[in-house]
Parts: sequence; C-alpha cells; structure tokens
Amino acid sequence: MAFLKETVTEIRKDIVKMIGQAASGHPGGSLSSAEILTLLYFEQMNVDEKNPRKEDRDRFVLSKGHAAPVLYATLAEKGFFPKSELENLRQLGSILQGHPDMNKVPGIDMSTGSLGQGISVAAGMALAGKIDNKPHKIYALLGDGELQEGLVWEAAMAASHYQLNNLIAFVDNNNLQIDGAICEVMSPFPIDAKFEAFGWNVITVEDGHSFDELRTAVEVAQKSEDKPTVIICKTVKGKCVSFMENNAGWHGKGPNAEEVKQALAELEA
Amino acid sequence: MAEKKATRQAYGEYLVKLGEKNPNLVVLDADLSGATKTNIFKKAYPDRHFNVGIAEENLLGMSAGLAAAGKIPFASTFAIFGAGRAYEIIRNSICYTKLNVKIALTHAGISVGEDGGSHQSIEDIALMRVLPNMTVLSPADAIETEKMLDAAITIDGPVYIRLGRSDVPVLFDESYHFELGKASMMKSGSDVTIIATGLMVALALEAADQLKEEGVSAQVINMGSIKPIDVDAIKQAALTTGAIVTAEEHSIIGGLGGAVAEVLCDEAPVPMERVGVKDLFGQSGKVAPLMEKYGLTAGDIVAAAKKAINRK
Repeated sequence: MAFLKETVTEIRKDIVKMIGQAASGHPGGSLSSAEILTLLYFEQMNVDEKNPRKEDRDRFVLSKGHAAPVLYATLAEKGFFPKSELENLRQLGSILQGHPDMNKVPGIDMSTGSLGQGISVAAGMALAGKIDNKPHKIYALLGDGELQEGLVWEAAMAASHYQLNNLIAFVDNNNLQIDGAICEVMSPFPIDAKFEAFGWNVITVEDGHSFDELRTAVEVAQKSEDKPTVIICKTVKGKCVSFMENNAGWHGKGPNAEEVKQALAELEA
Repeated sequence: MAEKKATRQAYGEYLVKLGEKNPNLVVLDADLSGATKTNIFKKAYPDRHFNVGIAEENLLGMSAGLAAAGKIPFASTFAIFGAGRAYEIIRNSICYTKLNVKIALTHAGISVGEDGGSHQSIEDIALMRVLPNMTVLSPADAIETEKMLDAAITIDGPVYIRLGRSDVPVLFDESYHFELGKASMMKSGSDVTIIATGLMVALALEAADQLKEEGVSAQVINMGSIKPIDVDAIKQAALTTGAIVTAEEHSIIGGLGGAVAEVLCDEAPVPMERVGVKDLFGQSGKVAPLMEKYGLTAGDIVAAAKKAINRK
C-alpha cells in the first residue's frame, strides 16, 4: 500500500511539473483520477512495458482524453517510455500530444480526446474479446461531464446488450466541468440509476482516492458474469494541490512557476 | 439491354465470399441490414454480424474498437448517417488512428429516390475525401464493387466505399482489374474527356455515343478510386483532349469535380465543366425524373462537353 501511495504522489508531481512546463493542459481532472490509474497500472492490469502491444494484455481507454497528463505520468512511471519525455508535453514533434495518440506513445491502447468516443471504442474492444473468448479486460475512464455526450449512452446500451462483462468503466465524478459545476451546466445525475437502467452493474466508490475502496470495487467488477460494470468514483478535482482542489478554473490551464513550486511543496510534504 | 444490379446488392453478396476467406472479418449494421444488404452476410455468418441498433455513432465507434483489437470490421448504414451523423467518430477514432475499418455506406446520391432530400447524401465524397489516411472508392457497377472490396481488404487502414440503392447497368466483366489509385479507360477519344464515377459512368458512355453522332470524339474515364486519385490519367486526358467534364451523383462542390479540378490546377489547367448536383438538396421522386430535375442525365453531360470544348 505504501508503494501505491508513493507511486501516486510521484505521478501527481509529474502531472504538475509537465503541465507547468507546457504552460497548458488539464491538471484538475488528471489529479482527480490519479489513484484509479495507479491502481490499474501498478496492481490490477496485465500489461508489459517491454511489450506494449502484447496480444493478451488488458486494455485501458482514457475516454476523458484531456486527462492525458495522468496517463503519460503513469505510463512513464511504469517504464513504457523515459520520464524525460514528460518535459516535451504539448511541444512540436513530441510523442506526448495534448490528447493521447496510440500511434505515438508506447502503452496507449486508443487515441482519445473527443469525448464519448472512448467508451464506444472500448465496447468494440470488449466485443472483440468476447468473439474470441479471450480472458483479458477492457478498462475505460469517463469524466462525469462526459456523460452529457449521447454516444456514451449508445455505447452503454450496446455493452449491456452484448453482455460485455469484460468491460469495466470508471466515472471520475469530481463534479466539475470546464464551464462550472456539472449539476449547473447539465446535470448527469443520477449517474448510478442511469447505468443501472441501461443494464450495467453499478458500484459506487465513496472515496475515489482510497486504494482499498477502488480495489474492492475492481475485484467485484472482474467477477461479473454477464454485465459490464461501471465504478462511479467520487473524487476531488485537483486533488492534493490545495489551490486547485474543487476549482473549475483549474480544469484546463497550466500553473505558473510559482504555482508549480507551491504544488510540489504540498505534494512532497 | 445490359444486366442491371445495385452496388449495395453486389456488396452484400460479396461480403459472404470475403468473410469465407477472412475469419477476422466482422460486419456491423445499424438497423438497416435489409437495405444495406448485410443481412445476406448475417445469414451466412450470424455470429459475425452485429446490429448495433439505430446508433450510427456507436456503429463507427465500436468498429474502431474491433479494429484496434485485430478484427476487420465492415460498418454499414446509409451514407447520410454514416458519413454525416458519425463524421467526427470517423475522423477522430478511425482516420486519426488509422484503424482498419471499412465503411461501406449505401443509399448515396439522389438515386435514393422517394425517401427524399433528408436521406439523399450528396456530400459524402467531399466529407470522406478530406480526411487524412482515408481511401475513397466509388464503384460504377456490381463487378467493380467486388473488385474494390478485394482491394479494400488488402489495405491496412480506413476505406470508404460509396454504394447506391438503385439498379445500375453492369459495365464490366470478370476480367476487369481494379487497381487502387488507377482510373480505367472506358472509351478513347480526342476532343474532350468525360471523367465519371458511380452510376454516372454508364451515362457518360451514353453521352459519348450521342456526341459521336454529332461528330465529337469523347473519351470516357471511370474514376472509381477517388482517393488516391489517378493524377497521371487526369493530366494525360487534359494534355491529349484539352477539355474535361466530370460527372458524379454528388454535389459539384468537393466531390469528384473538386478532386479533378485540384489536379488540373496543379498539373494541366484546361477548360473544365462539372456535372453534378448544384448547391442544392434533393427531394422525393422516382429516380429517372429526379436525375433529370437535378441535371444528371446523358444529355446534361453532352451539353457540358460542348461547353468545355467551346471554351478551349
């Protein structure tokens, strides 16, 4: 457990540093989902950083593609590519595009960024797994604001119809989107009842930053026999950086040098 | 009278043969499998046909996921919904990623007929052609449809195949060889070249016959491969005949006419006329009167050819 906590802190530091260096990017939703990715890549998923495209690997689709920094930091921490690459986030010629590119970055299973598409693609990957009777899982991470996209629900209907029990989706429920509170912009609530009505297993994790709670939920989801599972994680946008926490203003902007310094000091404390 | 067959029918039938040879081939449809003819494949391979319901965005999204997992998905619905409604999924999840999805859309053009303007896609070539990594194929008849499907499956990347609802004359026989990026010479001539695609190829041949009666020697080129386009064939036609007419069942903006005009601008500017749907939506009607109303007859091609020649 100490290992996961140390790892997630490293990942958070890298998120802050790389977005600061790029002077643009999405820190809020990267920090809110750091535990989810850490648990998946450092404990739950069958992946091989030496062989990123091995056939029987578990797949991860970052449907909320703007949280690319958390994915990049996690993959670098895991050893898919050198950490020094993080300095090139969003720079011309970099493999680390503003949103994830599967053809540029080792370890990325799908290019995303246009909201709603990742979960649909993940359903297709899960269907392929079912056709071939493969044991691997497809994990996807959705934003709560992303649930406003109609395609999410087309995919949700299909995943349940095809009994894609190999599909496990997380919702990073940090309650904020770029224009403000999700319930003020366009409420997706009740999220649990919606997925339930669409035929999914629904698990709510009250503290989406608790590895224990996340692990329990994932292990239940992995045993699902005939339904896809959604794990709704209640999280804090900008988690662990005091001035970013619960602040929609930090959805999509880079911290300046002073702010990076303060954030790193808080993370190292 | 030549045998007639709709390209969608040829598609549905030939999918079964392709499926036989390619165990990874899967077919997805969005509640139109009777109309797109993928129900023929469904009969042969029920476990490899997926009807995602009336959800075109998810049709293309799931196809991308299947391709990312090593399958060869053929996604079918009407052109208006596939190329239109699901456009940005095709752009970002299929073309940006260069995933191996074959997008075979039927009911393209105004020859849809009675369903009317809401269902007549006259912009799909333009939409698909502008996407990096995309291949755009537009067969003239049933045989070319089969040959293009053979070619499409050898491409590791996205392919758009434009198919029609109406029966069209079979122009080719089994000996026809389709090569990606190559046009086929249907008839040689010296005064003007008609470059046509889809069901307009048969009409272009009729137009050439009419022109011949009037002493005009017209060359006819079938441009089935719209992207990549046959630059050499267009350049040669411009240099040898000095006037070009394009003919397509599509908007005159951005389709075959646009593609040919781009090549002429770069390589060999000569007078050019575009036969196609003007900047207008279609409407309900029987196919023949619709084609007449929207300026898509052999007579329209003849008139355009004369105009182009006069501009030399």
